[in-house]
Amino acid sequence: MYYWNREAECLERGSLDTLRSERLRATVRHAYDSVPAYRKRFDEMGLNPSDINGVEDLSKIPFTTKADFRDNYPFGMFAVPMDRVVRVHASSGTTGKSTVVGYTREDVETWAELMARTLGAGGTTHGDIVQNAYGYGLFTGGLGAHYGAERIGASVVPISGGNSKRQIQVMEDFGSTVLCCTPSYALMLGETAQEMGVDMKKLPLRVGFFGAEPWTENMRTQVEQALAIDALDIYGLSEVMGPGVSYECMEKSGLHVNEDHFIAEIIDPETSEQLPPGSKGELVFTSLTKVALPLLRYRTRDITYIDDQKCPCGRTFVRMHRVMGRTDDMLIIRGVNVFPSQIEGVLMDIKGTEPHYIIVVDRERSVMDNLEVWVEVSPEVLTDEVRALESLERHITEELQSTLGISLKVKLVEPKTIARSEGKAKRVIDRREVYS
Amino acid sequence: MKVGQLSVFIENKSGRLADVTRTLFKSGINIRALSIADTIDYGLLRLIVNEPLAARAALAEAGFTVAITEVLAIEVPDRPGGLANIIDILAEKGVNIEYMYAFVGTSGDNAIVIFRIERLDDAIAVLKEKGVRILSGEELHSI
Repeated sequence: MYYWNREAECLERGSLDTLRSERLRATVRHAYDSVPAYRKRFDEMGLNPSDINGVEDLSKIPFTTKADFRDNYPFGMFAVPMDRVVRVHASSGTTGKSTVVGYTREDVETWAELMARTLGAGGTTHGDIVQNAYGYGLFTGGLGAHYGAERIGASVVPISGGNSKRQIQVMEDFGSTVLCCTPSYALMLGETAQEMGVDMKKLPLRVGFFGAEPWTENMRTQVEQALAIDALDIYGLSEVMGPGVSYECMEKSGLHVNEDHFIAEIIDPETSEQLPPGSKGELVFTSLTKVALPLLRYRTRDITYIDDQKCPCGRTFVRMHRVMGRTDDMLIIRGVNVFPSQIEGVLMDIKGTEPHYIIVVDRERSVMDNLEVWVEVSPEVLTDEVRALESLERHITEELQSTLGISLKVKLVEPKTIARSEGKAKRVIDRREVYS
Repeated sequence: MKVGQLSVFIENKSGRLADVTRTLFKSGINIRALSIADTIDYGLLRLIVNEPLAARAALAEAGFTVAITEVLAIEVPDRPGGLANIIDILAEKGVNIEYMYAFVGTSGDNAIVIFRIERLDDAIAVLKEKGVRILSGEELHSI
């Protein structure tokens, strides 16, 4: 069994619980004192930070949602002045405004520790060459994995995403032993290697850490075979921290939540009631050590359950099952969060297009996600010239790509292609089967 | 002088063209000329029919997106150089032709060609000046 920080990861449950309650009290106090949005909500409810004595009082605390980030855009949820913030990341919001998160120097250190645990659980050491094919930028994947690998002392190849042939070339030439990317990109790399005639069994690549999008056990088998490696699932979201919130050990049987830094709860998404271990529901996180962005009961909209059985690996942290679905209509496309409402917003702003659209996601042409947006042609935009339609198609494509940050295809379709008779129109056709 | 042309948006899938022609047939509309401009995913069917407004209503009712544009139906002498002469006249005036296609019927010994031209009024003026005959909607539909 591999550990980066055995002492923390296998901390005896009693001591862990004491630590968590202590840290929760401090976090609640910090949030209340420094973030007006939290203070206002507490005051309205007549709740005082001193009412929270420990983890057992968690359910007294109100939830936080993505809407809170939108309402306090960009930095309103931060609990420290900007001169203490050393890093900012952002992810998609449900509307035009992105969800912005910030980190102090301590937060960046914590995050590196959590990612070191993640990579360490798959046996990564200072002797490894880590090919980091997560995108670098506002997305937390790239820098998150990067800092974790550096913390371990591994040699990081910050290749970022894309250019699959070059990825394989680098893998071969540098002798990369660890790969970090999305699971679908891992499959893509497997196909590329095959096309290039590279025998992955002969390469030193040994283990991969795959996350940022949902995947299945079936995909794990495919990735492991295609790349001749162990494939581990990792989980995180920028609001909570980024990658490293939870991670699989070599048991490959659920993701250990870094419980000394986060509290994971499962709630019934309808009633908001806490659910016991083993019950499927919405995953909710509370941060325990974050400084710049303390997060109280953040509703992730991810559906899973928690397993509190002791893991054979010896870690005392509970495990969450791989993400099984969403309580909202968010799609994760090539690791990027996409909300149908973002697409609708873009179409509403384009003159002459009607907000009648359908989103089609599949992997029929490639192992990578293919996103098509079908838009109805209205009489107002129709002329006798194909040129006008082509230019409209191009315009919509450019606007959507710039808003969503991913490539996609716009297809103009006849009216009524998009059924809207039975009440709420079905806006999304996802043919990928990414949730098991 | 100007003739109304229908443009119908159709996806490239089997049976759609038949749906258009069947709809027109059921409404007793006669197709006089047509051309299709297509891309990989869709096409634009351009039609000259005897009753453009009734045709548009029938197609819209059947769920099609339809536009009406004005085009010119020009009489073209049915001999070598007949078309070249007309195109020269427009070119000299600097008027661009977007596209053109042949009409099914004839006007006496002359062919009829449907022209989609960008500066319609300039084109009409110069063609008239040069003695080229442009058919009206009624004239065209009575052929």
